[in-house]
Amino acid sequence: MKPEYKIISDLIEKDAKVLDVGCDDGTLMEFLKTNKNVNIRGIEISKEKVQICIAKGLTVIEGNAEFDLKQFPNDSFDYVVLGQTLQAFINPEIVIKELLRVGNKAIVTIPNFGHWKVRFNLLFKGTMPVTNSLPHDWYNTPNIHMCTIKDFVRFSKIINFKIFKSLALINENISDINNSNLIFKNLFGELGIFLIEK
Amino acid sequence: MNIKQNIKTLIVEKPLKLDCGQTINNFPLAYETYGSLNNEKDNAILVFHALTGDQFVTGINPVTKKDGWWSYAVGSGKSIDTDKYFVICANVIGGCMGSFGPSHENPKTKKIYGTDFPVITINDMVNAQINLLDFFGIKKLFSVVGGSMGGMQVLQFISNYPDKAKTAIPIACTSSHSAQNIAFNELGRQAIAADHNWSDGDYNSKNIVPDKGLAVARMAAHITYLSKKGLQEKFGRKLQERDDLKFGFDADFQIESYLRYQGSVFVDRFDANSYLYITRAMDYFDLVKQFNGNLSDAFKNTKAKFFIISFTSDWLYPTQENKDIVIALNAVGANVGFVEIESDKGHDSFLLNIPDFLKALKNFLDKSYAEKNL
Repeated sequence: MKPEYKIISDLIEKDAKVLDVGCDDGTLMEFLKTNKNVNIRGIEISKEKVQICIAKGLTVIEGNAEFDLKQFPNDSFDYVVLGQTLQAFINPEIVIKELLRVGNKAIVTIPNFGHWKVRFNLLFKGTMPVTNSLPHDWYNTPNIHMCTIKDFVRFSKIINFKIFKSLALINENISDINNSNLIFKNLFGELGIFLIEK
Repeated sequence: MNIKQNIKTLIVEKPLKLDCGQTINNFPLAYETYGSLNNEKDNAILVFHALTGDQFVTGINPVTKKDGWWSYAVGSGKSIDTDKYFVICANVIGGCMGSFGPSHENPKTKKIYGTDFPVITINDMVNAQINLLDFFGIKKLFSVVGGSMGGMQVLQFISNYPDKAKTAIPIACTSSHSAQNIAFNELGRQAIAADHNWSDGDYNSKNIVPDKGLAVARMAAHITYLSKKGLQEKFGRKLQERDDLKFGFDADFQIESYLRYQGSVFVDRFDANSYLYITRAMDYFDLVKQFNGNLSDAFKNTKAKFFIISFTSDWLYPTQENKDIVIALNAVGANVGFVEIESDKGHDSFLLNIPDFLKALKNFLDKSYAEKNL
């Protein structure tokens, strides 16, 4: 189980209605169902992953978040979770707006492209960074819109959504991100976790 | 064939007002069951058959002596596991396997109904079958399942009886018959009507059958159940028991021979007038219109857990039409899962041995059944 799942779970209230966008094999869905008794749905693009979710008894719709979120009415969910996939969308701005339309709150996690290893890779090797959390080469990566923790904070001001809580994951430890430590967290955080609102 | 033998029949005494305005009562509803109903009576699954199906879902069909139409999916240890669930299936009204249909005698005229039989709808079929629940003392079905026209019945059933099923699985279907669907059905009906033997539907009194017309109807329909890729791979341009073209109109190609065979075996087991009535019922099916253009309203009162399944190569009831049902369900916050199964076998996929499909069906049912509070 990914280390951020526990953190995501802590951000979600008990008995809430939750949509997991890009729910993968349903690990987070199961975790939230057990720990938070949430009413959870998933949307997943891979047929194989959907099959795995069905085998776990999870309610999942095969679909593409970029096009298929529009079927949900406004405020259908208390929380919408988007785990490490924002960077893979053609239009992240539309996706964020859709998340906040169908959900009251959204939890977005991003692999931090500002991490020192990434910077080190590009600076000294002169090649596109390949790290544990970003294992693809430039020519086969699904990640077409990489961003840093700092970029995401700026993004919130540009497209106008509120960041309710921002956390950084560093060596499996979690810490708050604030204005005074942003430069530091942007350098050492492997993952940014944001609870956002309209 | 003696079809009365081996056929279980419920005589529905309660009057049923049909959509066409007529009321029927004391009519026969032929059904079959598999597995056994448990003491809690919470393990019953009502399966709805498609256009040319019947109540003999699995095992050997006692009338045709062939495998039941859903033998891959239903049976001991299968997706719809008869060791675990009590499976009920009824022949639709308008059909020809024992349920009230156009080949029955009109008690008033003492003549076979033929085209005097009332035009029936998917709604009528479902309203007839609800009587089976009372008959078996079942308050709530565990599931309603069906593909194609069977899927339409699933949708209509939930819409009519929102609290009578815990889960619903409409497969490869639509909420509203498209112009293309109607067009293909009309082609079939016109083929039957063009057969001189049809005699305006009165062939029974003359002891003849419009077998040529019905066979052509079946051949045309059969093409729509397959995919171009599937046909090409199975038949290509292969010749039928000959080395070269014969420069005539016999079946040179295997695909011709195959279709002719499909047509010829169909006329032995199916009634031409039933074919007219059932295709008409499908054409009239428009759940969107029933709810004044808002399909979501059909499902707003149900707590049933839905699982929608479509197939990539199904061009008769394509994925988008299945997805429209998912969208309508999501719009009312219904509990709905959806998967599109990869298959090049076309619309017929739901009847075939498609492991991904059978696995998804089994997993959904078994996991849902394990959820006690559903």
